[in-house]
Amino acid sequence: MVVAQQQKAGTFQVLVGKIDDVLQYAIGDPLRYLANWGRLYSLWPVHLETACCSVEVGAAAGSRFDIERFGTLEAFGSLRACDLIIVMGTVTRKLAPRLKLIYDQMAEPKWVIAMGACSITGGLYFDSYNVLRGIDDIIPVDVYVPGCPPRAEALIQGIVLLQEKIRRMPTLSGR
Amino acid sequence: MRMTLESEYSPDADRIMAVSLGPQHPGAGHFRIRLWLDGDYVVKALPDAGYVHRGEEKMGEYRNYTQNVPHLERPVILDSSNILFAYSLGVDELMNSKVPPRAQYLRVIMSEINRIISHMYFIAIQGLFLGHTTMITWCMGDRDFWIDLGERIAGARVTFAYIIPGGVRNDIPEFAIEKGLKTCDWFEKRMGEYEKIFYDNPMVHQRSDGVGVLSRDDAIAFGATGTVARASGLALDVRKDEPYSSYSDFEFKTPVLTQGDSWARAYVALLDMRESIKIIRQALKGLPQGPVRLKLGPQPRVPAGEVYSRTEAARGEMSYHIVSDGSPRPYRLKIGVPSAKNLRALPHLLKNVHIADIPVIYWSLNYWPVEADR
Amino acid sequence: MDRAKAIADKITSKHPGTKLEWVKPRRLKVSAPASMIKDVALFARDSLGFDHISTVSGVDWIAKNALEVVYFVGSTVPGQEGFVLALSERVPRDNPVVSTLIGVWRGAEYHERETHEMFGLNFQGHPDQSHLFLPEDWNDLPPLRKDYVSPGR
Repeated sequence: MVVAQQQKAGTFQVLVGKIDDVLQYAIGDPLRYLANWGRLYSLWPVHLETACCSVEVGAAAGSRFDIERFGTLEAFGSLRACDLIIVMGTVTRKLAPRLKLIYDQMAEPKWVIAMGACSITGGLYFDSYNVLRGIDDIIPVDVYVPGCPPRAEALIQGIVLLQEKIRRMPTLSGR
Repeated sequence: MRMTLESEYSPDADRIMAVSLGPQHPGAGHFRIRLWLDGDYVVKALPDAGYVHRGEEKMGEYRNYTQNVPHLERPVILDSSNILFAYSLGVDELMNSKVPPRAQYLRVIMSEINRIISHMYFIAIQGLFLGHTTMITWCMGDRDFWIDLGERIAGARVTFAYIIPGGVRNDIPEFAIEKGLKTCDWFEKRMGEYEKIFYDNPMVHQRSDGVGVLSRDDAIAFGATGTVARASGLALDVRKDEPYSSYSDFEFKTPVLTQGDSWARAYVALLDMRESIKIIRQALKGLPQGPVRLKLGPQPRVPAGEVYSRTEAARGEMSYHIVSDGSPRPYRLKIGVPSAKNLRALPHLLKNVHIADIPVIYWSLNYWPVEADR
Repeated sequence: MDRAKAIADKITSKHPGTKLEWVKPRRLKVSAPASMIKDVALFARDSLGFDHISTVSGVDWIAKNALEVVYFVGSTVPGQEGFVLALSERVPRDNPVVSTLIGVWRGAEYHERETHEMFGLNFQGHPDQSHLFLPEDWNDLPPLRKDYVSPGR
């Protein structure tokens, strides 16, 4: 008797699990896909220049490379509307707390591109007294774009990689 | 961590508001200006630099004279040849080396190409800060033709590392000479269009005429150089004053304006580029034959001594104070960058101006924070 | 070279305590004791036309236990633009106090501020010697002193 009841409850739970799966596939996934698709091609980067790589971001935003073709604005003033930080090069000890503060003020979901050797490992400035050896100690990095400075094409590739990552993001919140 | 310490701001009266402009602000990248405002007017402004201070001078003491080449151009990759030019001149002088004439001409060519690249970025962003979007689109696109030319000569996109102690790194390829002359012809016509759409634009005149006027006396007292000094009627040009590296062979003028306002500072950049075109054309046509660099070896020994070398970079006088004690590494390497020399004028110019004029004045000083901080 | 030498002679004959360090084409370096550097600077500005401050540099002579401040001053006088006067003074490392020259060349303000934070030189009479390039919370030795070793080394 007890065994039969347990079997019955077991099948019920399996049924609930199945319905959950079906709902996930039928509603959740399309919804997630839709939301992520909406985020993909409207990345708003923060206007935070940290060092000399900003010249190449400027070139990428210029009319030759035109980064807007790939669904990214050039740079934007208000943090609250932004969802992407491109860390353009060296982060010094003076800038590091500001960078963290800026990252914390942005709304979720948010992504970080570390551009240039300096923001990845410290680059040429590995033995300087005022330079952070990579920014991943203070904020999580999604895409690394190596180079010193990276060419504009490399930055575009980094953004396309980030879009690929956003497309496959498993949850709606991004975390 | 709280960034805005109360003690940092000391408002004089209730009506004075203290505001921090930057480092995350579209009008001031990697730089902060501390402002004290009375309504819409700036009462006092203090620049807060150092967000990109990377300790180049200390690093220079750890590396030998050849290893110093790549990191010394990083402070101003807009103008990477000119910052290395002064360094190379200083090391050449210390080592008493005679640079071959072809290398001297190639140095001049690359330095002038870089001047154009730097000025194009300057007037592009000046256009953006004045609300003139055409200028940034045009200039950023046209700048790439010059970067391409530099890439054909030196091999890298912006960090050319072309001018090195003892000459230049490699010879100019034959097709780059032809391409360079073509680019000069095209660009000369193009600059006329800039003048029509930007410099003669009534909107641009209204927003930058008489904004941030630096008098000639103040320019001398603050030690302003380059475009800032020349827009204030101060005819300073190291290329003319001490013709280094065969600049005496070329015919060119030093453009000087007397208005001293933001418009004049932007216009001097255009006039500068006209002269650069002339120099590039003369140098490409009269390029002498011969070797392009001296053999120095991987770790050149530099005799003990002290040197103060300077060149005219895009932003002004670029100078190096190099002290050598006879070892392969410099004992002291001081980079005197034009942005740091012009920085003193900023708090003076930002008095009693509207908030809306701050970006215009700030950028018209041709200030590049990475260069100033080193 | 001759002209630079002539300028140097004018300084050394007017101020007997000063010493000509070296002279090169369009360059001359004069060292002065800390007590009379202001007079020499005023003389160079008013009588010799060195009115355009170029930069201020410092050198740490650790073996001689001295800190050196060098003012590089250009000129805007027509015909003399290419000349640069290097005016230097040396102070002991353990008591690095010099007097500011802002009163002579206003543009020296930020250069002196930078030299202060990089070498720990104390410019007496300087209105603001807070950090210009170093972080606000820097509490180590001044970085350009020779006994400061960069953490990456």
